[in-house]
Amino acid sequence: MATVTTANGHASEHHEVGSNYLNARKGVLSWLFTLDHKRIGVMYLAGTLFFFMIGGILALLVRTELLTPAGDLFQGDTYNRVFTLHGAIMVFIFIIPSVPAALGNFVLPLMLGTKDVAFPRINLLSFWIWMLGTAFLLYSIIAGSVDTGWTFYTPYSSDPQVGSQAGSAIIWALMGVFILGFSSILTGVNFITTVHKMRAPGMTWTKMPLFIWGIYATAVIQVLATPVLAITLLLLTIERTLGIGIFDPALGGDPVLFQHFFWFYSHPAVYIMILPGMAIISELVTVHSKKNIFGYKPIAYSSMAIAIISFLVWGHHMFTSGQSELASTVFSALTFAVAVPTAIKVFSWVATLYKGSISLNTPMLYCLSFLFLFTIGGLTGLFCSTLATDIHIHDTYFVVAHFHYVMMGGTVIAFLGGLHHWWPKMTGRWYNENWGRFAAALVFIGFNVTFFSQFVLGSQGMPRRYHTYHSASPDLKAIFTKWHQVSTVGSYILAAGLFITLFYLLHSLFRGKKVAEKNPWGAKSLEWLTETPPIEHNFHEEPVCLHGPYDYDEISPDGQGAGADEDDDSPLYLDKKTEAKKAEEPKAEEKKAEEKKAEEPKAEEKKAEEKKAEEKKAEEPKAEAKKAEAKKAEETKAEEKKAEAKAEAKSDDEADKDKK
Amino acid sequence: MSYMQTLLAGAAKRTFWMPETAATQAENVDGIFYFIYWLCVFFFVLIVGVMIYFVIKYRRRGAHDRTSDIEGNTRLEIAWSVIPSVLLLVMFMWGFRDWMSLNVAPEGAIDVRVTAQRWQWNYALPRHGCDGVDELRVPINEPVKLTMSSIDVLHSFYVPAFRVKKDALPNRYTVLWFNATKLGTFDVFCTEYCGTKHSTMYSKIKVVTRAEYDKWTKSGCGMDNLSPKELGPKIFKMRGCPACHSIKKGVKGTGPWLAGKYGTIETLADGSKVKIDDEYIRESIMNPNAKVVKGFGPVMPTFKGRITPKQMNALIDYIKSLK
Repeated sequence: MATVTTANGHASEHHEVGSNYLNARKGVLSWLFTLDHKRIGVMYLAGTLFFFMIGGILALLVRTELLTPAGDLFQGDTYNRVFTLHGAIMVFIFIIPSVPAALGNFVLPLMLGTKDVAFPRINLLSFWIWMLGTAFLLYSIIAGSVDTGWTFYTPYSSDPQVGSQAGSAIIWALMGVFILGFSSILTGVNFITTVHKMRAPGMTWTKMPLFIWGIYATAVIQVLATPVLAITLLLLTIERTLGIGIFDPALGGDPVLFQHFFWFYSHPAVYIMILPGMAIISELVTVHSKKNIFGYKPIAYSSMAIAIISFLVWGHHMFTSGQSELASTVFSALTFAVAVPTAIKVFSWVATLYKGSISLNTPMLYCLSFLFLFTIGGLTGLFCSTLATDIHIHDTYFVVAHFHYVMMGGTVIAFLGGLHHWWPKMTGRWYNENWGRFAAALVFIGFNVTFFSQFVLGSQGMPRRYHTYHSASPDLKAIFTKWHQVSTVGSYILAAGLFITLFYLLHSLFRGKKVAEKNPWGAKSLEWLTETPPIEHNFHEEPVCLHGPYDYDEISPDGQGAGADEDDDSPLYLDKKTEAKKAEEPKAEEKKAEEKKAEEPKAEEKKAEEKKAEEKKAEEPKAEAKKAEAKKAEETKAEEKKAEAKAEAKSDDEADKDKK
Repeated sequence: MSYMQTLLAGAAKRTFWMPETAATQAENVDGIFYFIYWLCVFFFVLIVGVMIYFVIKYRRRGAHDRTSDIEGNTRLEIAWSVIPSVLLLVMFMWGFRDWMSLNVAPEGAIDVRVTAQRWQWNYALPRHGCDGVDELRVPINEPVKLTMSSIDVLHSFYVPAFRVKKDALPNRYTVLWFNATKLGTFDVFCTEYCGTKHSTMYSKIKVVTRAEYDKWTKSGCGMDNLSPKELGPKIFKMRGCPACHSIKKGVKGTGPWLAGKYGTIETLADGSKVKIDDEYIRESIMNPNAKVVKGFGPVMPTFKGRITPKQMNALIDYIKSLK
């Protein structure tokens, strides 16, 4: 047991060997009343993962019902309740808090090199509020269960005369989501303040890891958009309980107004869900390829651009709703504007892999899965933002597939990648790497089988939220049946992959090999500087940030990169104690120096390579100018990329030959 | 462009991605769909191809692999920002152009009123005095304009083969038009979630020749020449009564079953008793929540103004006849 810390948490006291945030205090209450961001993060993690499982089981029920055209597993009303719960749990209880509140809470202060978030008590409050909101939402199941869909469209949700018979369950669910919103806002406020005020000395905005940028952009949306949802749900509750007409036409309200209000939050909420996923990918793609990020600033600023534009595109959920043609046109144009920063991110991640040292471990497999799946998710968004094609695919399975590719293929896959990436640091234990890779492959295959088939279903005309599909004409019914069955089989594969993950992670908690190193991945961000698992107050001494977050030891200096003028032997981040330890181990330093010497000739070879590559590049514009005349714009781009890749590849080959 | 034409010519029948095309706009929509589709395929192959190439070429070979200090490439970054932007602009403009033509019905289009009600579609042709039609017929190669509304919650009118979709709202009219190019029967789905039987809120559009269409409208859209005995069950089914009221004894739905009820005494929600006679049936259709039978909620919509006296008589006779 470590010494009890003083009120201001000054980390100057002695820590016993082996004391960490997990065992420093004991008992259930020490968890429930903890102010430690790491413990709050772990509690969020356990909670959100549990509800991910519940939501997933509900999804399996939905998929099983759709195996056949007739409704043979559920009554219509039951089915409607099941898919509503699936959506509500996944969106409000799981995905929104999953990355920021669970992983973000754990990692963000460590990455910033600080002791905790800015407002530890508010952080704890946010978790309690999350539990309270979850309790409300769960109680709605007992109170009759909501059947409105997670979107609560009016007047179905507001007018019992013509709409839902779910009664008070709707109020409970609305209040649940209302309360969960506050949890989200509090997390956002906390993170914004922490990022502004508590960065380690030397950590300028452009030296922050990109994970922080992503979480920061998310926090801005959480704080600005969530209140609108709160107001909307409150208005709906008022209408339903007091009969004041706001959205219900029977009372003089306007149902489309509800959609505007709802999507004014819920579209930015899509980015509350995906930006943290993107943030994780920026970490995974660099750490597991030991590679500097390609285009730090474009990735960082595109997060902010997405955050801002996300507020201006809500109307693209309403192209068929009867909103004015002008509004739809403007929303379509603005929606295309989101595609640009998103594309920049994807291109930059792929370019980051170039000339890296790519390890195909579990986190990297999830990262590559993300790039594959999110590319599909993003590209299929183009069909949805184009007015003419959206009319056909709106409210069909095409849209269902699209947002699952983004939300699950994007966020959840990134979340799983991040979970495996930080798991050794969080728990101090290793999971079984072979099972990890196997499960990642299973999840990838299962996911694609489940959701790619839904693109076909949707473009063929299968509407969403259908309990049965036996009404359709025979040939359409045959197509629907076939692809629904493919999708259901896929969902079982996906579930198998996720359950395997659950089992080996649980196994690792108790039986996993202990993590011996502070920094098993050789990462450069600050969270890897502390003990594994971290001590209660994160760092023995306040760390100082000297270099960028992606300046890997393995990067060969070429005289051009930032930091090349610095002494190459200095550690990228300094922890005073670490430094002291290093001083005690001159032998290790000597060894390193020897290695460096041995590697020097290689570095020179690299320089030669790069010179050659530059020469090639210089030749490129001429060749390209000719091509550009002949070919279309998109082809030019491909050529450029290919040519460049080829040029580099060639120079590589040549260099290899030279070596021989 | 010739490849586009072959695509469009081939797209009339069902393809892997798209249902058959049976309206003028459908072909336009498919044109832009496939334009975006092939762009997506191109970019997907490019991104994932390059990624896989890198993963193979630069896979980790040892713990101390050297990596390159590349922080960016301005030319490349400008290229991959500007080129997609231009393509996105093309998509937007094309989508916008075709969408406007989806929204503006040509003059002289045949007028059809559509009323959505949980869980059925009702069509009316005011010019021909037809109302309460459950299966719409339209002439081939003529524009048809649907003016839609709902009497309860939101619904959405969707014909996959025509590539048209529009919500029906309770507080305003929305308009949708199409010009069918193929004879046959086409699915109509509701695509805005509307509760228990959302998935069976289904109807058909039958595209016929002009001559057949004229014959149909002259016969009161298939209603006038029916005898009261045929009309009763038809109205019963068309108005969606079976969704809640079973015609079998002992089958309780959202509402009470109707077989053998005529002439019996029912207990109402407030405990009073009422005899089931012609007047009670009429009142229950026009003002359904005035006298609700015990054990049921006041959830039935009114049919005031949507059932003609002739239809009412036929309906009451039909309910009487249920044993």
